[in-house]
Amino acid sequence: MSGAAAAEQLIEVDGVEKVFSVRRKAGRLRRVRHEVRAVDGITFQVPRGEMVGYIGPNGAGKSTTIKMLTGILVPSGGRLRVAGIDPARERTRLARRIGVVFGQRTTLWWDLPLKDSYELVRRMYRVPDAVYRANLDRCIELLDLGPLLSVPVRQLSLGQRMRGDIAAALLHDPEVLYLDEPTIGLDVISKAKVRAFLREVNAERGTTVLLTTHDLTDIEQLCRRVMVIDHGHLVYDGGLDGLRAAGDGERTLVVDLERELPPIEGVPGARTVKVEGPRQWLAFPAAQSAAPLVAAVAERYPLVDLSVREPDIEDVIATLYAGGRVPEGRAAADPA
Amino acid sequence: MASDGPADGVGGGRGAAMAQGLRAYGLIVGMWVRSTLAYRASFVMMAFGNFAATALDFVAIMLMFSQIDALGGFSLPEVAFLYGTSGVSLGLADLLLGSMDRLGRRVRDGTLDTLLLRPAPVFAQVAADRFALRRLGRITQSLLVLGWSLTRLDVDWTVGRMLMVPLMAVCGTAIFGAVFTAGAAFQFWAQDAAEVQNSFTYGGNAMLQYPPTVFAKDLVRGVTFLVPLAFVNWLPALRLLGRPDPLGLPGWADFLGPVVAALMCAGAAVAWRFGLRAYRSTGS
Repeated sequence: MSGAAAAEQLIEVDGVEKVFSVRRKAGRLRRVRHEVRAVDGITFQVPRGEMVGYIGPNGAGKSTTIKMLTGILVPSGGRLRVAGIDPARERTRLARRIGVVFGQRTTLWWDLPLKDSYELVRRMYRVPDAVYRANLDRCIELLDLGPLLSVPVRQLSLGQRMRGDIAAALLHDPEVLYLDEPTIGLDVISKAKVRAFLREVNAERGTTVLLTTHDLTDIEQLCRRVMVIDHGHLVYDGGLDGLRAAGDGERTLVVDLERELPPIEGVPGARTVKVEGPRQWLAFPAAQSAAPLVAAVAERYPLVDLSVREPDIEDVIATLYAGGRVPEGRAAADPA
Repeated sequence: MASDGPADGVGGGRGAAMAQGLRAYGLIVGMWVRSTLAYRASFVMMAFGNFAATALDFVAIMLMFSQIDALGGFSLPEVAFLYGTSGVSLGLADLLLGSMDRLGRRVRDGTLDTLLLRPAPVFAQVAADRFALRRLGRITQSLLVLGWSLTRLDVDWTVGRMLMVPLMAVCGTAIFGAVFTAGAAFQFWAQDAAEVQNSFTYGGNAMLQYPPTVFAKDLVRGVTFLVPLAFVNWLPALRLLGRPDPLGLPGWADFLGPVVAALMCAGAAVAWRFGLRAYRSTGS
């Protein structure tokens, strides 16, 4: 984001890679070693206060990236800084300044009531009493945790547990919050609650958020910037709008005519992709304005109604994944 | 005993990491104790069960002595002394570090990652996890047997000899603790290896309860030189009881307990660091 040039870069990732050496059975006794480049030289920066979506298909390297950013895994190469700290070397010092939520597994103590887990977090992170009280009260209110505090974590439903986990990750006022699939398996209401809360934390606290997800609605509702990773490479880094344009880049003009007619022809830059009774679908490049198109159709056909559909983000990403190509416009390896 | 790998000490040196680890250990243990005591009746029953299960061990030995006068040349109070010293050592190590054999499971299901997110050494968190106060049952039972044996033993109790008993317990705890730690470290590579470590700890304890004279010499050599459990109680006890050493080691070997314990702890710490480093570079 060009305007953020002056802002402090809270997360700096420079040519980071992670290579796993995997041994696989080949024949009865023989094992073959081969390298898996889970993260293959990615570079990006996240300024303080930004909320970034990090998406990619399974096994693309999302979780590996998060694990390197938290200090769980040590990178095989490249340079990495979070709040000026090298996560691999100073894991425990970094731990006080970040919050992490794994959707797939809890970071709370499984057999303990939620409030005991929180108490332990307070003491382990040495959170000052006043800060702790204020943060906890706010989380209890916004995440509806009141009735859950005395319930052991293992008895919580997935949605309740997730809310509990998010609160635990924020009690010590972290500067960065990593969320690895925070809405996975949640029902619609829980998802909405979690999203609203994250939006507020980001807006009020200025907490920097990096979130991975398979649910693109999370991205659409929360993030202005999105990064796409595939096969360990960053294939897109930019705004959500740019991502739409970067896909196959086609918008659709849906027109309702007065009556059934043969497919519309002769409109420059558009082609009819579907006809259903009086309704017809025309695809045209996303970059092109719809206005001349509408004028051209209206001039020659009895037009009753019309609408323009943006390219579906899921389709766009599917094309990105399938093609594995770097879209034009914003080069992924070079965040402005 | 082991800090968190070279990476973690950087902030404030090794001493700071150690202090941080002890503090975290204390916090987590304290919480487990509180949560255990919240269900007092359940705790009492569990602790009693732990006590009774280990007590049956000793009942078996007493039954044996109703038929014989000596076992491998050792009287009942002497065997009780071996039983008590080994039991107290294992009991303490089990209480302090006994949950470490769950490490393999944590590696497999990925929950080890969550420990790496907290501002405390992983070793302290793993050691304190599910701290089981009920294990006081074994310690209590062993202490009772040890206490009884001390009143019956035919030993001329000088101050030095009296001090040897608690020293044996401390060194024995450290030796068993090192085995627990090394066993857990091994699970970074072999996640199902908990039984290997159990055979040395619980299995070793079952062996140390009896006089070394009843075992084959090769076995005694094995627990002296390979996995030096003999220093938990056998060698110092032989000295205390005025018995000859079946392996004919020089006399000063009986006092090597603290040295052996220190070396084993150092070795276990190195193994732990290696294991954790391997995990952090490869993941699960």
